[in-house]
Amino acid sequence: MKLMSPKAFYYTVGKKNFFQYILFGIFVLFFYLPLMNLCMLAFADKYEVPAIIPQKFGFRWWEFVLGQGSLLSSIATSFVLAAIVTAVSLLICIPAAYALARYNFKGKRVFLLSFLLSNAYPRMGLYISIGILFYRLNLMGTFVGVIIIHVLNSMMFMTWIPSGAFRGVYRQQEESARDAGAGPFRTFFRITLPLAMPGIAVASVFTFLGSLEEAQGTLLVGFPQVKTMPVELYGVIMEYPLTAGPVLSLILIIPTVLILFLMRKYINADNLSQGYGMK
Amino acid sequence: MERKVKLQITGMEKKYKNGDGVENINIDVYEGEFVTMLGPSGCGKSTILRTLGGFLDIDKGDILIDGESVKDLPPEKRPTAMVFQSYNLWPHMTVYENLAFGLEIKKVPKNEIKSEVERGLKLVNMTGYEKKYPGQLSGGQQQRIAIARALLLKPSVLLLDEPFSALDAKIRAQMREELKRIQEELNITVVFVTHDQEEAMALSHRIVVMNKGFIEQIGTPTEIYDHPATRFVASFIGEMNFLTKQDGSSVAVRPEDVTITRGEVQGQLSGDVRTIMVLGHFVEVNVEVENRQVIKTYVARNVADQLHMKDRVSLSFAKTFQYCA
Repeated sequence: MKLMSPKAFYYTVGKKNFFQYILFGIFVLFFYLPLMNLCMLAFADKYEVPAIIPQKFGFRWWEFVLGQGSLLSSIATSFVLAAIVTAVSLLICIPAAYALARYNFKGKRVFLLSFLLSNAYPRMGLYISIGILFYRLNLMGTFVGVIIIHVLNSMMFMTWIPSGAFRGVYRQQEESARDAGAGPFRTFFRITLPLAMPGIAVASVFTFLGSLEEAQGTLLVGFPQVKTMPVELYGVIMEYPLTAGPVLSLILIIPTVLILFLMRKYINADNLSQGYGMK
Repeated sequence: MERKVKLQITGMEKKYKNGDGVENINIDVYEGEFVTMLGPSGCGKSTILRTLGGFLDIDKGDILIDGESVKDLPPEKRPTAMVFQSYNLWPHMTVYENLAFGLEIKKVPKNEIKSEVERGLKLVNMTGYEKKYPGQLSGGQQQRIAIARALLLKPSVLLLDEPFSALDAKIRAQMREELKRIQEELNITVVFVTHDQEEAMALSHRIVVMNKGFIEQIGTPTEIYDHPATRFVASFIGEMNFLTKQDGSSVAVRPEDVTITRGEVQGQLSGDVRTIMVLGHFVEVNVEVENRQVIKTYVARNVADQLHMKDRVSLSFAKTFQYCA
């Protein structure tokens, strides 16, 4: 097996590629080992530390998790919430993103920076001050309150990335449409929006997934009336044996993987870097 | 026969915040005429074209198309169609969809759109490309489609903003020839913008030479070449020698209007041959005269064969232009 010796491999793929392979290998280890461990534990009926392999495999905890009405309803809540949050966020942020991409106005830089600021501070502080506001507005423990929190979290992605996508649409392409007889709105919906769609799709995916896994804000503003999947996960981890958590985690991963797989065409470094003006 | 004025620009002014722009623009374009705006980059030629298309508001004056003011109309309401230098087509639509876009907005019936699109593609020699996406076409093909799309809108005035300058030289010459053919075939009114004087001379009925936001001269290609109104036009169009005199004024002469004779001739400018370059069927001879000034001349091969480097020669000018300081 001369081919498999490290030295032979090194000279086969070249120096640069060799180190890339090694780096990739390390990445895979760091990324997939915990995931594999998670998969293993999810299908364990009995598991006690410090063993590595569970003592008994089975579907006991799947039955338990899926048998809990509250858990199932939390999954439904999470998806409905994520869909609404994405829609609301799109409605608010797409016009803003277009304005940022196409027009120059006073305070544009400050406006852009303000999105960053809300992400620069510890979230907890922000949520607590929002919480005080929500008490006055009777939004505590309501679905609307949670939506507002999630939309706030999504705003940076939802303006920056689509704004970059809009900037990538050539002005001549819009002007040609005007020239051909399309008004400003038709031009936007027939030309600009479809051309910026990859960036908008990426941002929407992030918003949807971000909303699915958001726990801090939901816990603070919505609990106990509004319970989403990650909020339930906290409870499960604390109350039940170690093996119930992995089951719920896997359920949480499924939509993420599914959406990322479906949108794989759009999700690439180009669409992302464009949003941050790095190109 | 009185020709019909299709496009009239009167006393037009457009200034940008930084002070650039165009002013005092007066141009009449007749029906079926091919008028080119020519000038160096930043001279304001594109600015004028964009005001015609409705992409820029004007500060003063008026723009009339078919006798009606269009200055307050948005681009979609103007009877103009524009072709830009690049990125004309919508990459998410097929060639057919690109061409049909404007017709659909005009609510043209489906079967009519189909035949119109076919007609448009035939006009630019692109039959059979309906199902292709712009990304599958070469730069020249994309510009053909863009021209076809503009023509299908049946504009009163077709506006072309350096449509060929992103193409390589060979394709450019071919497109130029085809544009000329289409223009004559359809007898459409065209306003063309370019910084390439050869392109302007080849295509236009009349040329508007612009510099720094002003019109320097309007005339037919031969008028502009044979009688340049200003020093700028003289230097910008074709090759021109300038001989500066003591008082700062200058005499200009085209290289082909210079005759060379060996030796000194009474009353003629004399100098030494500096370089001899064979450029095919004619020869470029540069002669250094008084005050280290160099005169470029084009002479026939048989004349040039008798000349050598550093020969003493005399120059006579068949035609000169005078420009003051």
